Formats: sequence, structure tokens, C-alpha cells
Amino acid sequence: MSIYFRLFWEFFKTGLFAVGGGMATLPFLKDIGETTGWYTYTELMNMLAVSESTPGPIGINMATYVGFTAGGVPGAVIATLGEVTPSIIVILIVAAMLKKFQNSRLVRDAFYGLRPASTGLIGAACVAVVLEVLTHINVQTMDGSLLNTFSLDDGSGICNWPGLLLAAVLLIFTNRVKYTKDLHPIVFIAFSAVVGVMAGAAGIL
Amino acid sequence: MKEKKTSLWTLFWMFAKMGAMTFGGGYAMLPILQREVVEGKHWASEEELMDYFAIGQCTPGIIAVNTATFIGQKQRGILGGVMSTLGVVFPSVVIISILAGLITNFSHLVWVQNAFAGIQVCVCVLIFNAVVKLLKKSVVDKRTAGIFLVVLAGGVFLDISPAWFVIAAAVVGIILKNLEVKGK
Repeated sequence: MSIYFRLFWEFFKTGLFAVGGGMATLPFLKDIGETTGWYTYTELMNMLAVSESTPGPIGINMATYVGFTAGGVPGAVIATLGEVTPSIIVILIVAAMLKKFQNSRLVRDAFYGLRPASTGLIGAACVAVVLEVLTHINVQTMDGSLLNTFSLDDGSGICNWPGLLLAAVLLIFTNRVKYTKDLHPIVFIAFSAVVGVMAGAAGIL
Repeated sequence: MKEKKTSLWTLFWMFAKMGAMTFGGGYAMLPILQREVVEGKHWASEEELMDYFAIGQCTPGIIAVNTATFIGQKQRGILGGVMSTLGVVFPSVVIISILAGLITNFSHLVWVQNAFAGIQVCVCVLIFNAVVKLLKKSVVDKRTAGIFLVVLAGGVFLDISPAWFVIAAAVVGIILKNLEVKGK
């Protein structure tokens, strides 16, 4: 199967099943990386950071970036088109029967289950990124197994202490400090980049 | 027709402009939509825009794209929806392609790697904050808390496509709500 066809198909599925905006596509992008080997989870984190720091909706920026990583500029275009195609189809159908959709009990009931599930999936993606970035715990899946296994790197301890310290500082600044908590994420991303460079120069990393 | 029809090119261009002005998720786009679509072009009333935005949130896909398609189709039918969507994604494709190319060229530099090591920690925190925010909106009672926990555990321990969780959750939502009605 050509890589472009595969890209379109994978992103079509993402656009169809990711409910709740850009962040909801993250678990799907993680899954695509795992099944295709196009990028690692750490690389996906970098793409997410760039997507948050550049103009455009995050979900589209991530689709473009992942597509670019897998297949250059044509990949970027095809992944993005794949992701928006289900949206266009669904919205055109909904628009044609707007009143029915807004008053539909079936739709409302489905979303009663969909909303917490979408949050749960993003939560799981959050656990995976925390394990990947802030600990030395590896998550693997045996071939053919549906179950993940967890293992520890040799001789490096469980936690990435400098990372945890930075995370604690960021948590406080994004949630507790009145003057900084409403700042745009790009500010915190830039701050963390500077901290990373300085820590590297100081030999901590 | 009394009013002049909006050209497809205008739809594309306006949404490209709005896409380029949006920093962050679909929610960041709402004030821009209010200014350009409601006050500027009068393509929709404030109430209509809120309806489109609400539907954009509870249909699959990117909220900004869903809202753009909605507004575009109202102006010029199917083609209008398509052109608006192509417009809203156009800046992303151009900007990210250029940036991604640049970053690939510089990714071997140690200080770039260190910068990204710091950024990855920040991304952890940003995703965590997003989950906390979503929790307040999506977990409204014990049963939605149950669905959240089951999917969270499933996502962490199982290696299956997230799509299965989404399909199952929709079915469970419908069943739970129907049992509730019958129980009354």
C-alpha cells in the first residue's frame, strides 16, 4: 500500500473518531506512530509543542506535521485532507438536518458516554507521555499481544529528577500563580526550552 | 436573490486569514470568528455562530474545521463548505511544512535537543492541564466517572485502537441513558 494512501486512511480514521477537538487526536496519532513506525512518541511530543506554538488550529498543525514526517510536503497535504474529509461529510449531513440533530436524544445520549471516554483517552496519552519523559519506565507490547508490559531502564533510577522539578514549577505557574496562569502556552514552551538549553550547558542533562 | 453571493475565493481567503490568526485550539478561534464572521461579514448571527460552534464540538474532528465547514456551506452549499475548510487549513500546511523542514535540519545540534528536552516536560504539563479542564466538563456524575476510569485504564494497559473505545463509549452512553428512562 502506498504511503500516501495509508496516510490518508489513517488520518481519515482520526478525523472520524477523534471527538472533542485537536487534543482528542493525540491518542490516535500515538497509535499511528506505534503501528506504522513513522515516528516515536518523543518525536510526537516535539510536534505537539511546535503545533501549540505556531498559528493555526492545533489539530490541523499536528496532522500536517505528522504527515510531513511520514511523507514530506505531499504527506503533509494528504494527511491534513484525510483528517478534514470526515468533518466535511459529517457537517454537511448535520447541516441538512440541523433541527433534528440538535434535538436528537440519541446524539445527546451518545455524547454522555463519548465525552468522558475522550477525556479518558487523552488521560491515557498523558500517562504515556509522563512515563516517557519524566520516568525511565518503558512501555512495550509483545507482537500479537493486546497487553502492554512495563519495564525499567538499567541503572538509571525510576525518575528523571530535573524533568520532574521543571514539571512541578510549570504546574504551579500554569495553575496557581495569578499573574502567569492565563498566559498563552507558547510562553511556557519558550521558558522550558530556555531551561533545557541552560541545563544542558550546566551539564545537568 | 437580493444579496450578492459570497464568492468561493472570498470564503477561502477569509478562513485562511482566520486560520493564520488562531493560536492554539479551536477555542482560541471563537473570538476571531465573532469579529470576522458575525461583525465583519455578517455571514451568521451571534446565536447561529454559537450553535455552529457547539455542534462543531460534538461532531467528530477538529472544532475549527467543523465550524468553518458549517459557515461555508451556509453561504455557498457543499463547495462553500469545502473551500472554507481548505482555507482554514491552508496556513497550517504552509507554516508547518516550512518549520518541520527547518527543525529536521537543526535537530542534530545538541542545544536544539536540550531545548526540546525542556519542551517535552512542558508538553506533559500542558496535556495534564488539558485533561483536568476536560474532566470538569465531561465527568458530571458517578457513571461518567466510571467511563472515564475504564477508558483511562484501557488506554494505559491495552494496545488497541482508540477508535474501539470511542465506539463502545457511544453505545454505553445510549444504553445507560435508556436504562435511566426505563427506571423512572
